[in-house]
Amino acid sequence: MEIKKDSRLRNFHQAKWDEEVIFQLHTPGERGIIVPVADKDVQDEVGDGVSSIPPKMLRKNPPALPEVGQMRVLKHFLRLSQHCLGADLNIDVGQGTCTVKYNPKINEAFVRSPKASKIHPYQDQHTVQGALQIFYEMDLFFREISGMDRFSFQPSSGSHAILTMASIMHKYHESRGEGHRDELITTIFSHPSDAAAAAVKGYKIITIYPDEHGFPDLEAFKQALSPRTAGLFITNPEDIGIFNPYIDEFTRLTHEAGGLCGYDQANANGILGVTRAREAGFDMCFFNLHKTFGSPHGCGGPAGGAIGVTKELESFLPVPLVERKGDQYEMIWDLPDTIGKTRSFFGPFPVVLRSYAWIRSVGVEGMREVARIAVLNNNYILKHLTSIAGVESPFPGGKHRIEQVRYTWKKFHEETGVDIHDVILRMCDFGFHLWTSHHPYVVPQPCTIEPTESYSKAELDEYLDGLRHIAEEARKEPDTVRRAPHSSVVHRIDESWFDDPEKWAITWRSYLKKHAK
Amino acid sequence: MTQKNSIVHPYIPNSAAVNKEKIMRELGIKDIDELYEDIPERLRFRGEMNIPPAMASEQELRKHIMGIMDKNSTCEEYVSFLGAGCANHYVPAICDEITGRAEFLTAYAGEPYEDHGRFQVLFEFESLMAELLDVEVVSVPTFDWGQAASNSIRMAGRVAKKDEMIVAGNISPDRLKVIKNYCEPVMKISPVKHDVETGMIDLKDLKEKISPDTAGIYYENPVYLGFLEQQGDTIADLIHRENGVVVVGTDPISLGVIAPPSHYGADIICGDIQGLGNHMYFGGSLGGFIGTRDEEKYVMEYPWRLFGIARTEVEGEWGFGDVAYDRTSFGVREKGKEFVGTAAALYGVSATVYLSLLGPHGIRELGQCILQNSLYAQKRIAGIPGVSLRFKGANFKEFTVDFSGTGKSVESINKALLENGIFGGKDISAEFDELGDCALFCVTEVHSKADIDTLILNLNKILK
Repeated sequence: MEIKKDSRLRNFHQAKWDEEVIFQLHTPGERGIIVPVADKDVQDEVGDGVSSIPPKMLRKNPPALPEVGQMRVLKHFLRLSQHCLGADLNIDVGQGTCTVKYNPKINEAFVRSPKASKIHPYQDQHTVQGALQIFYEMDLFFREISGMDRFSFQPSSGSHAILTMASIMHKYHESRGEGHRDELITTIFSHPSDAAAAAVKGYKIITIYPDEHGFPDLEAFKQALSPRTAGLFITNPEDIGIFNPYIDEFTRLTHEAGGLCGYDQANANGILGVTRAREAGFDMCFFNLHKTFGSPHGCGGPAGGAIGVTKELESFLPVPLVERKGDQYEMIWDLPDTIGKTRSFFGPFPVVLRSYAWIRSVGVEGMREVARIAVLNNNYILKHLTSIAGVESPFPGGKHRIEQVRYTWKKFHEETGVDIHDVILRMCDFGFHLWTSHHPYVVPQPCTIEPTESYSKAELDEYLDGLRHIAEEARKEPDTVRRAPHSSVVHRIDESWFDDPEKWAITWRSYLKKHAK
Repeated sequence: MTQKNSIVHPYIPNSAAVNKEKIMRELGIKDIDELYEDIPERLRFRGEMNIPPAMASEQELRKHIMGIMDKNSTCEEYVSFLGAGCANHYVPAICDEITGRAEFLTAYAGEPYEDHGRFQVLFEFESLMAELLDVEVVSVPTFDWGQAASNSIRMAGRVAKKDEMIVAGNISPDRLKVIKNYCEPVMKISPVKHDVETGMIDLKDLKEKISPDTAGIYYENPVYLGFLEQQGDTIADLIHRENGVVVVGTDPISLGVIAPPSHYGADIICGDIQGLGNHMYFGGSLGGFIGTRDEEKYVMEYPWRLFGIARTEVEGEWGFGDVAYDRTSFGVREKGKEFVGTAAALYGVSATVYLSLLGPHGIRELGQCILQNSLYAQKRIAGIPGVSLRFKGANFKEFTVDFSGTGKSVESINKALLENGIFGGKDISAEFDELGDCALFCVTEVHSKADIDTLILNLNKILK
C-alpha cells in the first residue's frame, strides 16, 4: 500500500547486507590481531612455556575459529550492528514492561574512563574509594526512593533480584524455625520470573489471576493464604498498567499469615516519588537499574537489580555491604544471617555507575517529572490506540493506566484475519518495534506499549501513525501485512528449525553437521 | 505555575510546556496528578526524598562524577597481579568500537527481523565458544561463572535425576557462596577433599563420597589456586560409572593451549568470558557460559536462551530464532527450567569480536605468552629466600605463593608493595584452612618482563 506524502511515516528501509556468518569469512592465513610475544629474556629463561604442561593436558588440535583480517572483522560486526535498531534509532515504545528509555551518552563517557574500567575488585579498598562511594551513595538514594532501610547492588538483573528476594525469604523462615513454609504467591500479571526464580528456591507457586476489573483477585488470594505461605511476590502497577489500590490489603494479609512481601518494582517508572514500597507495606523490593534508572539494555544485559529490605531483613542481605567510616568507605562482610552471595564480587559496577549518574542528573524533581510524563505519554497513546477499530484495552479497573497498557487486538483479528504477530512484523517495515506480552497470553492477541518519558509528542504521533497505517492496510490489502516484513533485514524465517532436535542448530558446527551434507 | 511544572530536562522532551499542554488538553486534564487518582491517599508518599539537587548541566555532572572516579587508582597506574576470577587482559580496540555502537548498546528484545544483528552475533558467540570448548551447544551469556556453575549443577541434577552434587574443595570460595545459595534447598552440596601437596582432588575421598544419590561432580580447571587438575579422565570414569554428570568450570582464555574439559570427560562446561575482550570494571563485567553436547537430554535442561540458525523464505538470507523456547520460564513461567532474564549479552558481543580477531593461532599464541610470563614470574618469585610456590604441578596464568617462610603476613607484604605502586597477589591466607600466608598471583600477556622484575625487586626489598 502506498504511503501518502503527507503521512508522518518514513519511507524506511533497514540496512540489509545479507552478511555471512563469521565462519564463512574464513581465509587460512589472515590475521585479525597480533598478540604480544613474551620478552626474549623471558623465553630464554623459561623456554616455550608449553613444555611445562603435561602432554595429556595440552590441546591437540587448534580450535576451528575463523581466520579473518582485521578490517573484515570490523566490517562484519558493524554490518551486524546495522541489523539492529536499538532505542537510539527507533521510537522504542513497543517493548512494554521493559522501560526502554534514553540512555544518556555522557554516562558512557563515565564507564569508558579507565578510572571505572581498569579497576580490579580485590584492590586495596583505599585505591577504590570512588567505586565504593558510588555503591554507598546509591544505597542512600534508594532508601529514599523506596522507603526501605538498606540496599544491595549485587543482583545482576531483575530476575536475579527476585532470586535474591526468594533466598532471603527462605533463610528468614528457616532462621525462625518455619522452614515448612513452602508456598509463594504471585500474580499472572507479575513477571514470569516472580514465579520461576522463586521456584528455584524450592517454592511451590500459586498464581492469582485477575478479577473482572483487572485487579489481582483478592478473594482467590485470601483462599491461597495458609500456614504454608512463605510470601508474596507481586508487581504494582501490574504488567497491564493498572495500579492495584488494594495492595496494602495484600501485604497486610500476607503478614497476618506469617509471610514476607517482596515488591517487584520493574514497573516503577510511572510512580517514582508518588508511592513507595514502604507505604504499601512491603518487606523487600527491587528496582531494575537498566530500566527505570537509565542504564542501556546492551542486547540483553549487563543489567542491575537494586534490592532493598527493611531493618528486620538487613542482616540477610548478600555480602559485602558498603559503609562510611569517617571519610573512608569500607566493605562490611559480617552480616550474621547473610544468604552469602548471588554474584561474584560486588555487583554490576558499570550499570550502578550509569544509574548513579542518571539519578544525579535528574534529581528529585526530575524523577517526579519522569514519572508524570511517562504516565501522561502512556495515557496519550492509550487514547489514540483504542480509537483504532478493533483495538481495546481490556479490564475496566482504574480510571487511568499508569506507565503502560496491555492492549488486545482480538476484535481486529476477528474482523481482518490479521494476527498481532503480522502487525509486529509489518511494524519493522517502518523502523519500529512492537512486542506481544509475556506468556501465557491471558489477554488474547496482545501487545504492550510503554512510552516512558523519553519520546516527544511528535515521535509518539509517528509511532501511532505506524499502527494506524497498518490497521487500515489490514482491512484493504491484508496480504501486505501477512507477508511482512518487506523492508527489514530478512524475510519470514522458517520456524520449523527451532523445535526439532534433528533440525535445530545452535552453533555453526551443528549447522554444518545437520544441514550442509 | 508550581515548581513541579517548571522543570524542563533534556532527557524528557514532553516536559516542554508546549508538548505537555497539548497532550493534557487532548486528555481533558488540568493537572497530570489527575492521572494518579487510582492511587489512594494512604499509599501516597507525601514526604521529600533526601537526594542531592539535580545536576542537569552535563558539564557539571561530568565534573562531579569524574571527581569521584578520580579517587580510584587503576591497574594502568599500578602494576597489578590480581586475578581470582577477574583478570587484566588486553582488550582490542575493535571490541570497544563494537560494544560502543548505539545499535548494540541500546538494543534489547527486538524480533529477529529488526534486531537480526543481535541474534546473529549471539549465535556467533555460541558458535565460537563451541569451537573453543569443542562442544556443539553453548548458551547465550549468563550473569557470571558462579551463575553458570550453579545452573550447570542444577542441570546435572535434572539429567541424573538425583539431588546431591560433589563439589571440589579447591574451587573459588567466592563462587562456592553463589553456588551454595543457588542450590539451597533443592540440591545438596557435598565437598570432596583435595590433596594438600598437589592441590588436586583426593581420589580416595572422591570414591568414598560417590553414593547412589550422586548427581555428579563439579570442579574447576585451571583450579582457582592456579594449577591444572590432571586427573580429569579418572574423575570422569568414576562419576560416569555411577551415571553421574561431570561439570567442569574453565577459563576459556587457557583453551588455545590447554585441552578443553570435553577432552577429558566433561559433560557440561561452564566458566566466564570476562577475559575475552572485556575490561575488569571492579568485577562488574562478568559473563557466564554453559556448553554441552547436542543431546536433547542436555539441551532441554538449559535455563537460558539458545539462539539457532535457520533459513528464510528468501535464498541467501540467514534467519535466527529461539530454540526450544518452551523449556524457558519466558515460555512457561515456573514450569520452565529455573529462570531466564536479562544477563550479560553485551559482554558476549565483545567476546564474539575478540575470538573472531584472535582466530586459532592468536588464541594459541596468547596462551603461550601467558604461560611464559607466568612461568617467569613463578621462577623469579620462588628464588626469593623464604618464598615458595605452594603447589608443585603445572600452572596456567595464576599460581599460589607461600610466604609462610618469610615471617611476614601477606597483608603486610601487600601493603608495602602498594606503597611501591604494585597490587600484590590476592591474600588467600584465610580462605583455605591448610594454607598459611599465601597469595594468589595472576600474570597475563599485559605484564612485561620489567613489570615482573619490579615485583621481584620490591619483594626482595620488603622481605630482606
